Amino acid sequence: MLVDKYPKEIDRILNKFPPERKRAATLPLLYLAQREYGHVSKEAIREVAGILDVDPTQVGGLVGFYTLLHSKPGGKYRIQVCTDLPCALRGAEKFAEELCDNLQIKMGETTDDGLITVEEVKCLAGCDKAPMFQLQAPDGIHYFENQDLESAMELIEELRQRGNDA
Amino acid sequence: MSEELVRLKIDDIDIRVPKGTKVVDAAKRAGIDIPVFCHHPKIEAVGMCRMCLVEIGTPKRDRSTGEKVLDEGGQPQIEFWPKLETSCTTPVSEGMVVKVSSDKAKEGRKQILEFLLTSHPLDCPICDKGGECSLQDLTMGHGSGESHFLLDDKKHQDKHVQLGDLIVLDRERCVQCARCIRFQKEVAGDPVLAFAERGRDIEIVTFSDPGFDSYFSGNTTDICPVGALTTVDFRFGARSWEMGAIASICTHCPVGCNLMLNTRREASANGRHVIKRVMPRQNERVNEIWICDKGRFAHHFATSDERLTKPLVRIDGKLVKTSWKKALEHAAEGLKAAGEGVVGLASGRVSNEDLFSFHTLLKSLGGRAILSDPQAGGELVQQVGVGQGTDLGALGAGDAILVIASDLHEEAPIWWQRVIGAAKRGATLVVANARKTRLDEYAGHIVRYRYQEAARTGLGLLQAITGAKDLLKFAGDEPLKSAAKALTEAENLVIFCGVEGLTYAESKSLSEACAAILVETKNVGRAQNGLIAVWPKGNTQGAWDMGLRPAEGGLENALAEAKAVYIMAVDPVGDDPDLAESFSGDRFLVVQDLFMTPTAEFADVVFPAESFVEREGTFTSGERRVQRFYPAVKALGEAKADWRIITSLAAGLDIELEDSSAAAVFLRIAEETEAYAEKSYQSLAEFVEQWPPVGEEDLYFGGTTFKNRQGLGVQLAPTAEKDRSIKIQWSAPPEFKGKKGYLLVPVVELYNRGATVMPSEILYSRLASPVLRMSLKDAKSIGIIQGVQVELLIDGRSEELQAIAEEGIPEGVVLLGRGLGVPIAEPQYVEVRLKA
Amino acid sequence: MPEHILLRHRDIPEIADLDVYLKHDGFKAFEDVVTNQAPERVIETVKTANLRGRGGAGFPAGVKWSFLTPGVFPRYVVANADESEPGTFKDREIMEGNPYQFLEGVAICSYAAQANTAYIYCRGEFWDLAHELEDKIEALHKHGLLGEGLFDTEYSLRIYVHLGAGAYICGEETALLSSMEGELGQPRLRPPFPAAEGLFAKPTVVNNVETLTNLPPIINQGADWYRSIGTEKSTGPKIFSLSGHVERPGNYELPFGTTFRELIFEHGGGIRDGKAIKGILPAGASAPLLPATDEVLDTPMDYESVPKVGSQLGSASIIVLDETVDIAWMSYKTTSFFKHESCGKCAPCREGTYWMYHILNRIQNGNGAPEDIDLLNRVALGIQGKCFCALGEFSITPVVAGIEHFRSDFEALTGDGK
Repeated sequence: MLVDKYPKEIDRILNKFPPERKRAATLPLLYLAQREYGHVSKEAIREVAGILDVDPTQVGGLVGFYTLLHSKPGGKYRIQVCTDLPCALRGAEKFAEELCDNLQIKMGETTDDGLITVEEVKCLAGCDKAPMFQLQAPDGIHYFENQDLESAMELIEELRQRGNDA
Repeated sequence: MSEELVRLKIDDIDIRVPKGTKVVDAAKRAGIDIPVFCHHPKIEAVGMCRMCLVEIGTPKRDRSTGEKVLDEGGQPQIEFWPKLETSCTTPVSEGMVVKVSSDKAKEGRKQILEFLLTSHPLDCPICDKGGECSLQDLTMGHGSGESHFLLDDKKHQDKHVQLGDLIVLDRERCVQCARCIRFQKEVAGDPVLAFAERGRDIEIVTFSDPGFDSYFSGNTTDICPVGALTTVDFRFGARSWEMGAIASICTHCPVGCNLMLNTRREASANGRHVIKRVMPRQNERVNEIWICDKGRFAHHFATSDERLTKPLVRIDGKLVKTSWKKALEHAAEGLKAAGEGVVGLASGRVSNEDLFSFHTLLKSLGGRAILSDPQAGGELVQQVGVGQGTDLGALGAGDAILVIASDLHEEAPIWWQRVIGAAKRGATLVVANARKTRLDEYAGHIVRYRYQEAARTGLGLLQAITGAKDLLKFAGDEPLKSAAKALTEAENLVIFCGVEGLTYAESKSLSEACAAILVETKNVGRAQNGLIAVWPKGNTQGAWDMGLRPAEGGLENALAEAKAVYIMAVDPVGDDPDLAESFSGDRFLVVQDLFMTPTAEFADVVFPAESFVEREGTFTSGERRVQRFYPAVKALGEAKADWRIITSLAAGLDIELEDSSAAAVFLRIAEETEAYAEKSYQSLAEFVEQWPPVGEEDLYFGGTTFKNRQGLGVQLAPTAEKDRSIKIQWSAPPEFKGKKGYLLVPVVELYNRGATVMPSEILYSRLASPVLRMSLKDAKSIGIIQGVQVELLIDGRSEELQAIAEEGIPEGVVLLGRGLGVPIAEPQYVEVRLKA
Repeated sequence: MPEHILLRHRDIPEIADLDVYLKHDGFKAFEDVVTNQAPERVIETVKTANLRGRGGAGFPAGVKWSFLTPGVFPRYVVANADESEPGTFKDREIMEGNPYQFLEGVAICSYAAQANTAYIYCRGEFWDLAHELEDKIEALHKHGLLGEGLFDTEYSLRIYVHLGAGAYICGEETALLSSMEGELGQPRLRPPFPAAEGLFAKPTVVNNVETLTNLPPIINQGADWYRSIGTEKSTGPKIFSLSGHVERPGNYELPFGTTFRELIFEHGGGIRDGKAIKGILPAGASAPLLPATDEVLDTPMDYESVPKVGSQLGSASIIVLDETVDIAWMSYKTTSFFKHESCGKCAPCREGTYWMYHILNRIQNGNGAPEDIDLLNRVALGIQGKCFCALGEFSITPVVAGIEHFRSDFEALTGDGK
């Protein structure tokens, strides 16, 4: 249970807000749950709702609204490539296509070993360094800019190694 | 809403409305229809659907002086706002000019409809809502004849989503107006619906367990403007225009919600009319436009196959079907032989006409008419009940409500909803109970007492209010004192008095204390003030008014003296198996009921009675409002109305009772009962126009709740209205006997397993289970792990039950729901141990 | 401008280090206002400087602050770091490169608003950046520049970082407040405005990162100095985010009034690969497309001049399109953005962006009919003027302008309706 495993962090989060406005802690707690469970499951929703003292429905509805919260498990790492207009003007769509081809998956799918899911996302504020993507990893979100197929595959290999070492 | 009036023009019509009114409501009051989807007069406006777009203009003001700019004719120049505005979010202002029927506004609305129809499925032929659908009506009235949206682009979503097992959601039909979400949050106090996803994908979800966990879920199907939300009870049942609509009153609890029964002739019922669904009927002072799910879904008992349809008589030790003539003769014989030793027992489930006739018969026989509902206070309500014109919906800041010994959410959900509404409007809510209940969340003061101290607590409040020395032994501590202060300071005070954890004798003391509090704080004899008893049945107050009284010395003693017993609408053996002894001897027993009950198994004669849907009559609600109900379907088999059976039986005993019609019986009631004087079926059928308008041509505005053209009922005046000098004498509660083991307290669960609920199969998964609920500490000491079987030793009987530990239950107490199969009459000490 | 006022890390590379920032007049302005000035005076200074909101609306910041309901406390300041407009990446560079000036701006604004708590609502994708900001805030606490009893006065201030979770609409101030409170990030009715009832129903100021970063120089060097930069009505320096088909995409800090031509061809190095320029989206996806005529290119970039040629400056996210760009494709991309980001609250935006998307998608796939162009235009105009918030209203602008100026691009794809 999150309350057992992360009491200090939960307190730190709750202390940011007035005590009668606990619900403001919903997003930070959902991030915590996602980090712990890999995705925001129904159970995770109930746990967070329990901490906030609200009906689970008040928490559950949020998950689908936000792009970075996932109600279903995916790959261990999500490579989210921006293919929005400014990046697309600088080759992002081609890059995304090549990446998927190289990994032998379709856009939105996960590699067979469950390591990488490739997704298309909207503007990440990296328009001057296109093609670029963000990596949604268990520990957080990290930017990788000025990418090409080679550098992307290098990163993926590194991630694969990391997994093998762990 | 302030009293200040604002003048504005809507489509060239001059209108004056209170300040703060929204333009859409102002238009409605003036008879101008502005179409809406997301707006509903009973919930906060959100301006989401954009359907109510109108042109708004306000007087032009000089930027430097702030003065109105006038035209040549001396009239203020009107500056129209650049965009169309939503009339549901725009409050009226002085001199405003609104154009509802201009081309620009019409075009705007047409466009919005086109947008809403783009992905809306062409389901009308199979959609329940067809015929009472806002989208249909508004498209006909304001929409375009054709769509330019490509069929293939239509978004497809799930069409049969069970939001819990009572309500079905069709995602494709949903127009995302959020009325259901907002109703659940603002009105029902159960925010168990929410939007999920984003953009075109937004959908209604529920994460409660069970899904859509709310006692008010059915109301969302009335206010849903399309066929997205439908009830499992009625889904694919009938077309709205095929059905008859008959006004009725719900019998499940003392609120007395106004109903409309929709019926249709069915081949599957051999050509009988059957009830297709139960809908709310508008009565703003009673239930506004809502009903709880029990009233909506637990109606199948009335037409169940298990119903008694023929009279039965015991011949050679067995009950056999017979004719009315024979049964009545046999019954009359048995009662005559008993002379003055006839004891009658009835409950508040039946109508005033039934109870009046019953009482008159028993009195004429020199016998007793006992009310089986073991709760005191009926006479006190007659004296200091809420005054005429009371409307709980008008309570707010400056007022106070005390709820003591009652779990309103389970016992009378619509009262709970009205009470929290009052609290949200600023009324001070004082909740006094031995355990945490769903009212605590809204309480300004919570008074906690031990279960045997409810009456003492009531007297403690009285002491704090009056400072009387003879009450000092009941004096309480700070929470009690500040609660008492709140009650004294309130402009208006309503007290809800229940019976949770109380024996009958204790309930006497508590209700006296409550009545005395009202008298001392001068909150009697006028509207918005008085005592409301939270009765177990719909017409218990009526039973008191008709002269029935609970047995002072207990039912067993009362029956012991009887030579013959006449039982109507109650099952004493089922409620307390020990009473079987009272009937196993020579005592002549006549039972009159809807179903074969454990009590009826002992009867010498059994009469089949009509349910409330097969006949007419009146019920008197807990707020002392007398309301009529009308016959919707033909009598099942040979069943007769209770009062008719009584009158026929009386005839066989040479006692003449009014037998021409229920209306005539009521006139007799009016003659003989002071409070009912000069009332008649006609006066009960009077009605006035109510706000908001609902149903018929207004269903897009207020929903499909039925307009009330059948009568708003009449609220009876308490005697305190004429005589303010009333004094109430309090009495000390009896000492509680027995101290070994755990105190078993029977509590009310809304969905119990009683005869009036069980036939509604759709409620099965929601039925309360017969589990023993106790504190975490007690569970630990007994060695209970959640859900394990335990043995309950009660009155020398052993019952096997599941036990669960819960927060909020006091130590030394175990709770068990009434009517769940384990009979308990009153709180008593029991033993609990692990099943070996 | 010789020296950067906002992107100071381009002149002083280590300025993200607190010691370096302090050496360069860091937190002097904050100390000055807290110890020497009444909050009202600070508001006046900002009003005089005519600092306009840099998030896209251009509303005068000082005027916004003066709407805070008197006598109602507590107050809150929320820094809008939800930068999600396509083609916008200026706030990010500020927070990465010159974070302390931004934080000082938040502090000054909080003091002026008499708020003791400020939140930075950061888009969730800025995860790493947000955690670094938290470290920087902690450093400020250690230095006594945040926390209780600052500079030996009664004034105390805490700043918290709050991460969003991926929703463009949360950049709209009322949607941002909804999101912060734990509800869906859908916009709210106004009135009441945030200055009256904002975060937790208390008076709140919501300002963009770049807006706040302007505050320390305004306090340090004065409103008159500030007004001397830029144009009369659009004062101060502006960071223009330049992206698309230019040689040198990136952020450029220039005075308001700089022309498109100067930005694109001088600073941006002109169109790459020697191509010709075709069109400009001056405000990311949220304003009409401008054809790259001389008139347009010579238009000064400020809030007054750009509308004269038929568009808006907005957040000054200039996306440059060269001759290879099919405007029908461009409209498809921008519409796809708005369809994805529509919150779904109101019918015209929710259904309308979905509808426009499908028409444009059909056109892209070669399944469009000639009638689809007029239909697309009609749908766009049907959305106009009816939406709950600006997202829906702005979503139509690239489409309508695209059809108006480059209809042939659309017609080429719809052909005979194959």
